[in-house]
Amino acid sequence: MKRIFVKQSTPYLLILPSLLFLMIFFAYPMVEAFSLSFRNPAGSWGWETFRTMVTDVAFWPALKTTLILTVIIIPVQFTLAMIMALVIQAKLKGAGFFLYIFSIPLAISELAAGIVFFAIFTDRGFLNTWLMQLGLISKPFLFLSYQNMGWLIFTVLMAEVWRSTAIVMVILVSGLQSIPKDYLEAADVFGASLWQKVTRLILPLLRPSIQVALILRTIFALQVFAVAMALAGRGMSLLASESYRWYMDYRNANVAAAYAALIMVLSILSAVIYIVALRTKPEQEMAV
Amino acid sequence: MKKAHVSRVIGRTGTYVIAILLVVWVLLPLYLITVMSFSTKSGVYIFPKPLFPQPISTETFLFFINSTGVLKSALNSVIVAVTSMILAIIVGAPAGYAVARYIFHGRDLYRLAVISTRAFPAVILSIPLAVTFIKWGMYDSIFSLALVHTAISLPFTVLITGSVFAGVPKDLEEAAQTLGCNGVTAFIRVTLPLALPGLAAATLFNFVGSWNEVFSSVILTVRNRTLPALVLASLNVSPLPYRFAGALFMLLPSIVFMFFIRRYLFNLWGRVVK
Repeated sequence: MKRIFVKQSTPYLLILPSLLFLMIFFAYPMVEAFSLSFRNPAGSWGWETFRTMVTDVAFWPALKTTLILTVIIIPVQFTLAMIMALVIQAKLKGAGFFLYIFSIPLAISELAAGIVFFAIFTDRGFLNTWLMQLGLISKPFLFLSYQNMGWLIFTVLMAEVWRSTAIVMVILVSGLQSIPKDYLEAADVFGASLWQKVTRLILPLLRPSIQVALILRTIFALQVFAVAMALAGRGMSLLASESYRWYMDYRNANVAAAYAALIMVLSILSAVIYIVALRTKPEQEMAV
Repeated sequence: MKKAHVSRVIGRTGTYVIAILLVVWVLLPLYLITVMSFSTKSGVYIFPKPLFPQPISTETFLFFINSTGVLKSALNSVIVAVTSMILAIIVGAPAGYAVARYIFHGRDLYRLAVISTRAFPAVILSIPLAVTFIKWGMYDSIFSLALVHTAISLPFTVLITGSVFAGVPKDLEEAAQTLGCNGVTAFIRVTLPLALPGLAAATLFNFVGSWNEVFSSVILTVRNRTLPALVLASLNVSPLPYRFAGALFMLLPSIVFMFFIRRYLFNLWGRVVK
């Protein structure tokens, strides 16, 4: 009798420490984020904090820029990651080398990537050097001016795509490797073109991987922060950087928490949309 | 037949061209920041920018390393990363093992909880945690930060170690038990050695994650900054040589770690997504 009890309690003992960690560092802060948003700094309850957030001049630009970035980054990244994954799958000589190089950005921090692209896009940077050497411009172009919001978004986009396409590639390559070779060989026998193979065979079979990658990337795109800080400084408002600004500069943890709550709601919303739109078996959902 | 052959050769050459273009795309920015970091301090401001440092110099790099607070922050970063990677594997691996080996009530619920927390990283958690840490007297401590980094990497660790343990056949463990091991010794002598490379890869990955993490680090510390927090907080006031060399300094360990875990990368993700 005792033996059976020991056996059945074992898994619970094994998961207990992690469960405690998740309660303290995820469940509690998530509840706290909402409870802070519904209080003012003095501690009384109400909508005041949300009103402060929404009526702040930076709010709508921050929301708009974050959404624009997310909407553009995702398709660009997926196209690029798919090309990289297909290159890896082509089994070229030196495939291991290509794989290593392609996955390097996986280990690069947002902040470092932002600074690297600052060196490229700053007015006395590499891109202006090359554009002038090619005779395309006669004096440095200001990519990183807050008056050129379009170009500013473009530079953040370039840095983010460079930094975070690798994770999508890794997930897609893992998915591609699980597609039976027979399928692709059969497609070859019937003379399918690359385009047909991708659209008719690979994409449908990759649906679980694509779903994982889409959810992860969308949620992380909603939190772009350090890249924009390095490239644009205070010149560009994003949801995450507004949260930072309210906490660090205005010493208002409540409005900062309201931004965090907003990011959380947008994240959950996008995850639900992807799960419904790309329905697969439950155990395949966002398992990364 | 011949035509098909020719088109395949062209297709193959085309694939190489694309592959090489992608390699250039990944490496060129890294090369450019290296050029900047190994120029003289005045060389960093030269315009037009040269493609090679003129002359090669360690001045910029040493300037960053010797700047106030940099070495201390780098040490903090290492302490936080090592602490959190050890804690994450100690707390996460048993849970991964439980999910891989046992069927118990609430298993699916637990998995779902872990999976959904994977998607809620630093930006959402940091502000509420800062408020709480101030209340509890845990604010501005690298140990508190290590706990937060542990929490952030925990869901990933549970899922990955789960898939690593699931990859070790249960039969082997049971065979060891019929040969005189009990549950614990069978685990230590059979399962653990086989799982070790995967566990090590997951742990190194957590190190990189903590080393790179910036949002919660800058929110939760004031005087005890980690390196990314220090660099981020001083972006507005720091000179270009400091920023460029700082970026390279933060990049280097990550690239080395990537080299060691590259072989496990796809196994880790492959099993989780399958």
